[in-house]
Amino acid sequence: MRFVDEFRDAGTARALATRIAALCEPGRRYKFMEVCGGHTHTIYKHGLEDYLPETVSLVHGPGCPVCVIPMGRVDDAIAIAERDDVILTTFGDMLRVPGGRGSFFDSKAAGADIRMVYSPLDALKVARKNPDKRVVFMAIGFETTAPSTAMTVLRAAAEGLDNFSIFCNHVTIIPAIKAILDSPDLRLDGFIGPGHVSTIIGCRPYEFIAREYGKPLVCAGFEPLDILQSVYQLLLQLHEGRCEIENQYARVVPWDGNLKALQVIGEVMELRPHFEWRGLGFIAQSALRVRERYASFDAERIFSVPGVRVADPKACQCGEVLKGVLRPWECKVFGTACTPETPIGTCMVSSEGACAAYYNFGRFSRERVKEATQA
Amino acid sequence: MTANWAEEAVRAHAGAEHLTREEQVLERIAKARARKPRIREERITLSHGAGGKATHTLIEAVFLEAFRNPLLEPLEDGASLVTEAGRLAFTTDSFVVSPLFFPGGDIGDLAVNGTVNDLAMCGARPLYLSCGFILEEGFPVASLQRIVASMAAAAARAGVQIVTGDTKVVERGKADGCYITTAGVGLLDRACTLSASAARPGDVVLVSGPIGDHGITVMLARGELDISADIVSDTAPLHELTAALLDAVPEDVRLLRDATRGGVATICNEVAVASQVAVVLDESAVPVRPEVNGASELLGIDPLYVACEGRLVAVVSAECADDALAALRSLPIGSGAARIGTVRDDPPGLVLLRTSFGGTRIVDLLVGDPLPRIC
Repeated sequence: MRFVDEFRDAGTARALATRIAALCEPGRRYKFMEVCGGHTHTIYKHGLEDYLPETVSLVHGPGCPVCVIPMGRVDDAIAIAERDDVILTTFGDMLRVPGGRGSFFDSKAAGADIRMVYSPLDALKVARKNPDKRVVFMAIGFETTAPSTAMTVLRAAAEGLDNFSIFCNHVTIIPAIKAILDSPDLRLDGFIGPGHVSTIIGCRPYEFIAREYGKPLVCAGFEPLDILQSVYQLLLQLHEGRCEIENQYARVVPWDGNLKALQVIGEVMELRPHFEWRGLGFIAQSALRVRERYASFDAERIFSVPGVRVADPKACQCGEVLKGVLRPWECKVFGTACTPETPIGTCMVSSEGACAAYYNFGRFSRERVKEATQA
Repeated sequence: MTANWAEEAVRAHAGAEHLTREEQVLERIAKARARKPRIREERITLSHGAGGKATHTLIEAVFLEAFRNPLLEPLEDGASLVTEAGRLAFTTDSFVVSPLFFPGGDIGDLAVNGTVNDLAMCGARPLYLSCGFILEEGFPVASLQRIVASMAAAAARAGVQIVTGDTKVVERGKADGCYITTAGVGLLDRACTLSASAARPGDVVLVSGPIGDHGITVMLARGELDISADIVSDTAPLHELTAALLDAVPEDVRLLRDATRGGVATICNEVAVASQVAVVLDESAVPVRPEVNGASELLGIDPLYVACEGRLVAVVSAECADDALAALRSLPIGSGAARIGTVRDDPPGLVLLRTSFGGTRIVDLLVGDPLPRIC
């Protein structure tokens, strides 16, 4: 496939791997965090770690939109969905996420009208087709998906649709990265920056990471060669004693971001004083809510939701996994009590979740597999 | 990859010096997976019908548990019955596809071909079919006639007769237009015994043509995605193809499966578990049309899991692999046949993939339907 195969070329990867190995100083270990769950998925799906020297490890970060939704918010959404007059729409990834009382799938099986959509605009179509129902879109995601949610609200307002609202769970990436940088348990050598989020916010917001925390960041694309090249750029910075924010994904990411998209978000949404992240706890100014002037499109204002904070199951160590402190397999319940069929934590649900990616793609002993796959 | 801090942790765990901590976790997971499947949900969800892990659990924990007998237990595509007159293959399948009509076919030819193919995969010559219709009140007679006409045409093409049937009509809203169940009987007039547990290390995995056409066609035909592509369903009878293969290398075919729900990946997993072998697939050798690849990329799903309705997977001995491939390619329907992998002894029960990018990963069963990713 054109414009995809070029970024998955094994020959280029081998050449890059040689240069990566040459940059690694003997005896030194390197730990880089890929912030975005999309990167985690790419790394496992293509078996990218096979190209990295043993001394370079990739640590999975908090940038999986499904993974960071706390159980209480899932329960709130399900409470809305269970009303007779409501159709709840959401992304497919969200359906299996367990709340305190089961997942959307369970609630759907019990009779709630819950539908999967591919974009918030599809939810708007559902609203137009069902004027006698109240259609709620469960909005989740980082800055990547916030503009399309905001656009949808503007569209609904322009059309005068009065049966559409959003249950807003949009979060912002910078406070999460800051929480990780401030976490005492983790020693990182640099970041592979989230490409999709950066198409909206640009690279400028990351500058403090290099300036104040002395860590390099390379904003990366989502093909395996993009990630491999970013690792190379990070190692090169360390080798040359530089600490900068670089943009590997310049074919898509403008340094200053997408001003129009940011304006649309700003028009419809504002920062919440604080928001609970699954496993990470409450983080100040880390999420978005609908502005007062669009209150009639805000499901939180329209419906009374329980709003109860639900503590994560005791055994669940999603927080440590999201912060990169634990590797997925180091969690106590990984793969035994917590599996993709019966997830306890969110990281095991989404295909972008570190645990699901490791369980589905990476759950093997490299030594044994090396033997098996050698022709 | 095992980082040094993991190895330090291993040293802390006395008595397991020969395994890294990651390997110990992997062993624990393997044990957990070998446990008897138990259904935990209180209600049936859509995942139970998707052909992945949830379906397997449902079949083993509910149906097999209640019906257990030596003929059912192998869970092949059909049962092999020994009568005084000879050996018979017997199978059944239900069809609930939406939309009922799609590019390249409709529910009618699907219902005939599906059962013909299940018989063919047992090595049988398909002879007689039954059909049961569940119709929704208000369903247009013209649509029913169209469906029945394509069933008649498909039966003629496959050389089978539809010799018995049943019709039920349910109230509007209690079904989605038209559901069809077919059952079929075929004659096992060959000496071969085909079984998912018959794969041996060294064997070769073949597929009879490009994969995923049917699943992607139907997904696009639903019209929810606003994507169009020039692809049609591959629905077709495969009995001539299996006959050609079994004529060419009668002693060397271990098993045949049609790659329907769950796709090639699911079949390979069934083989790996039933035969206690590793199946190693080569991603770059798996034939996928560019249109299917493109749509899968956009949706974030893997063609290996997408349904086909006219493709088979064959495991054959290494010595006869070339002859088997030539036999498949001798018919137009098998012209795109390819060798996609090999069978190894270790690690048993796993499907491994050498990615086109040059890495390795495992290919596990999905839990339910492949759900599109968020970003």
